[in-house]
Order: sequence, then C-alpha cells, then structure tokens
Amino acid sequence: MADAMKIRAQLRGDLADIKVLMFHPMETGLRKDPLSGELIPLHFIRHLVVTHNGKVVMDAQWSRAISKNPFVNFRIRGAKAGDKVAISWEDNKGATASMETTLN
Amino acid sequence: MGARSVTSSVQAVGFPSRRKFLRVLALGGGCLAIFSVGWLRCARLLAAEWNKAAFDATALADTLKDIGANSVSESDQIQLKAPEIAENGAIVPIEITSRIPGTQTIYVIADKNPQPLVAIFDIEPGLEPFISTRIKMGESSKVRVLVKAGGKFYAASQDVKVTIGGCGG
Repeated sequence: MADAMKIRAQLRGDLADIKVLMFHPMETGLRKDPLSGELIPLHFIRHLVVTHNGKVVMDAQWSRAISKNPFVNFRIRGAKAGDKVAISWEDNKGATASMETTLN
Repeated sequence: MGARSVTSSVQAVGFPSRRKFLRVLALGGGCLAIFSVGWLRCARLLAAEWNKAAFDATALADTLKDIGANSVSESDQIQLKAPEIAENGAIVPIEITSRIPGTQTIYVIADKNPQPLVAIFDIEPGLEPFISTRIKMGESSKVRVLVKAGGKFYAASQDVKVTIGGCGG
C-alpha cells in the first residue's frame, strides 16, 4: 500500500524545517467526472495535526480550497536529532492517515 | 554545525480513531488524551472543532465575524508571499511569516472564493509562525492573511490575478 504522505525533514541547528506532501484528491464537489458527467463528491482533508515528541505544535483546520495533494512547509524550533515529528490528518469522510519521522 | 537533509525512520502509524481523538479542554494543569497508538503516549491535545460556520460563510464580513475578528488592524509585520499572477488557480503557492509576538493563529482567506475562508493554522509553542502551502482560487482576488496574537487580529493582503480559475466546475 502506498504511503499517504512524503516527509522531508532538515535539521539546521535547533530548527527543523519540515516539508510534507500529502496524497489526497481534495475534491471541491464542483468538479464533474469527465466520463459520466456526474459531480464528484466533496472530499477533502479537514484537520491536520503535527506533533513534536508527542506534543501538538500545529493544529490546522482546512477547507476544500487547499490544493489537491496538499503541500505544507513548517518549522519547529527547539528540535534535535532523535526527535520525532508526526503528521496526522482526518478528512470529511472520516478517513485518517498519519506518518512519523525521526529527525537526523 | 552543517545542515543535514535526511528523512529517516518514516513509518506509518494509525491516526487516533475519532472516538479517541478527544477534544480536551485544558483546565489549569491540563488534561491528557490517550491514543490507541502505542508510540504516541499521553499528549495534551487541543483538537480544535472544525469551524463549520466560518468555513461555510460566503460573505467576507460573515467569515470575519465567525472567526471572531471583530476588529482587525493592518500590520506590516505579516509577510505574505504570493504570485502576482497565478497561471493555475488550482495551485497558488503562498508563504506566510508572522513577526507579531505571540502569534497564536494564522488564517488564510481568498476574498472571492465561494467561501472566503481557506484555512486556519493554530500555532502552538515550538512552531515558528511560518506556513507555506498551496491554495485554490476561483478567480482573481485579494488573498488575505489574518494573525491572531494576544487575542487581537492583524492583517495583511495581496492581490493575486488568476488566469484559469481553480475551483473545478
């Protein structure tokens, strides 16, 4: 099964620069299926949580207006090698995904 | 100390199930939410409820009201980087840096989207007040960034021209 997201973490001193690419259609509900002509239902990530060693550092609420295959870049201060950063999301259908990376 | 660019030990773990993704109100000292996933031990979780009213609002005035932004001051301490012209409205890159001390929340708004509110980022201690992401814009519009700090709202904005709208349809 393919990973739900790709994480790229760079540690510069005590700053961890994290780039995440999530695989999700982020359907607006306004797009028509080119073959059937039917509207493709609304399907988007509503909630994103980032933790650093288990502590929440970011709690984001999203709308369907975040681009398909969401990309997000954020930075955590006070980071060091061995720290764990986890990214989790939940979408409007209740599906969830989570991935953790260890800073190096 | 040089920069190291390695992503190691990436592993997929289960997102806490919705029942266990508790909304915890920190009451002097904090409460703990326990997840079913082993590695995530106990963590104080401030799971914000999805702000349906604000995300459903179609008029900018209602969006601002629904996020509690009754009074907003323009600020030059919010840096917003967005293209002047976005070829593809489905992918408009934006980068936000807030230099306002005590930044708690960053809001992203596209005035002319069917619903102006695009995203809300709660910045907890440890996170730099910096976000870079990509948004959809239905048509040329002001992109507005609001920052909540110390209970007050500050804003910066930039006009972004869109050649092909990004909402679908």
